[in-house]
Amino acid sequence: MTDVAGTPIREAPIAEGARDQHMVLNMGPQHPSTHGVLRLVLEIDGEIVVRLYPEIGYLHTGIEKTCEAKFYQQVVPLTDRIDYLSPMANNLCYCLAVEKLLSLEIPVKAQWIRVLLSELTRLNSHLVWLGTHAMDIGALTVFLYTFREREGILRLFEAVSGQRMMTSYFRIGGLSMEPPLDFFDRVQKFIRTFPEKIDEYSNLLTGNPIFANRLKGVGYLSAADAIALGVTGPPMRASGVDFDLRRDMPYSGYEKFQFKVPVSTDGDCWARYLVRLIEMRESVKIIQQALNGMPEGPIKADAPKIVLPDREKMKTQMEALIHHFKIVTEGFGVPAGEVYQGIESPRGQMGYYVVSDGTAKPYRVHMRNPSFATLQALETMCKGRMLADVVAVVGSIDIVLGEIDR
Amino acid sequence: MSVANTFIGKAAVLKGLPEHPAVKAILAWNPQALADAKFDRNELTLTIAAEEIRAAAATVQAAGYNFFEDLTAVDWSPSSPRFQLSYHILSHAHKERIRLRVLVDGESPSVESITPVWPSANYYEREVFDLFGVRFDEHPNLRRILMPDDWVGHPLRKDYPVEGYR
Repeated sequence: MTDVAGTPIREAPIAEGARDQHMVLNMGPQHPSTHGVLRLVLEIDGEIVVRLYPEIGYLHTGIEKTCEAKFYQQVVPLTDRIDYLSPMANNLCYCLAVEKLLSLEIPVKAQWIRVLLSELTRLNSHLVWLGTHAMDIGALTVFLYTFREREGILRLFEAVSGQRMMTSYFRIGGLSMEPPLDFFDRVQKFIRTFPEKIDEYSNLLTGNPIFANRLKGVGYLSAADAIALGVTGPPMRASGVDFDLRRDMPYSGYEKFQFKVPVSTDGDCWARYLVRLIEMRESVKIIQQALNGMPEGPIKADAPKIVLPDREKMKTQMEALIHHFKIVTEGFGVPAGEVYQGIESPRGQMGYYVVSDGTAKPYRVHMRNPSFATLQALETMCKGRMLADVVAVVGSIDIVLGEIDR
Repeated sequence: MSVANTFIGKAAVLKGLPEHPAVKAILAWNPQALADAKFDRNELTLTIAAEEIRAAAATVQAAGYNFFEDLTAVDWSPSSPRFQLSYHILSHAHKERIRLRVLVDGESPSVESITPVWPSANYYEREVFDLFGVRFDEHPNLRRILMPDDWVGHPLRKDYPVEGYR
């Protein structure tokens, strides 16, 4: 056993018979580095983790059950609340699934705005991850820098949807409303300076020997283990599995965008950090392409029985008023069937499984949330390591307990 | 969204998608295990006989469907068989997803666990056990996962009360 500088650590004298005794330690549910209400039950031998198992469910609110009692369009705000750091990813996944059930064609402009906002959501989520991850390790400064930029993104969300976090901006059949006139200019202004900000974080962390020593070689996960344990997203790609749903199974028009998928074969916390930093740079490129090529046209599908009419039309057209009344009071029937829609959320592969029995309420909605599966790999990553490394590993896999417990 | 061909029923799928790697692998392994099939909205659903699910999972895994993505259940109460288990399996090589579907009876429902094939199914099977009460034989740790350990009932069943005092 050596310390971070490589100096051998001498073992403290241990009383006879005490060596084989393991201590059980509860980390959480109220622990600042567990990113929510996660309880880790650790079996430790001195400071070495022998066993680790997560106890979850503290935030279980039965969203899947609630969905069954709501109309299809009423589920959209519920999906915001699953993952409070990437509401748009949840909105998008649910809307795409229902649109697939309805076989509904979405206008190109709506698709592109969805891509643009999904990537902003990815930046938003990665910024919170970077700030809190660095804070767990002890680099408190970075948090203030990342939250400065996150504030800019939240203002953009507010401009476009009226809400900073619980946006519910993507609706079945398109978007809830036209973005404001200066919205694209504001995004452009934000994007122009953002790559410099990533350099700034990188300057604060990448060359920081304490940060590097806490992450390098810690929490190793092999590619085979990543697949066997269901790990997706940046942790999977940091383990050397080159797969990204945006590129490999494109949805919502992602096939029209050029971007690279960062992959590393190191499989440790440091690789996950670097992969996410590069992902942020690639997201900026996607947003730039979306801004440059933003098509003209409507933002809602032409389906008056499914999409709410514009406010103006409601005041002037009889049919629009009737449709509005029918959609709000009775919902709309969705053809019977089952669909599974997967997207690449900031944390990994998200999937919504929606089953319809032909009525206006979903028969079953199930969310496949990336954090839930990623948590299974925690023991593999932490076993045999020091207790303090658990904090670094939990930070590096970027979990949100809201989406684990639902 | 272009609507591709739709094939409903085992015979139609076998005729329409004879070259599909998952269909071929299942047929080469055990044609009797494939109870039904459906290709709808670009998604292939293969209904597998309940007692064969682990072997079927191993078969599609060998056919290149290497990533277990999701498992959940649907309660079709009061019709029989009551529970439908949906396994979503992704292939990194074929860039495609299939759904294995298993129908389970309502009376003390249980199926074989697929954790020996994909350890990642562990939490998902616990979740289905917790919320639907479907047991998974030979699961390494079949405990409740989201609800408290002393909870009575399985909340996502359709007969579970949604309002009022329990």
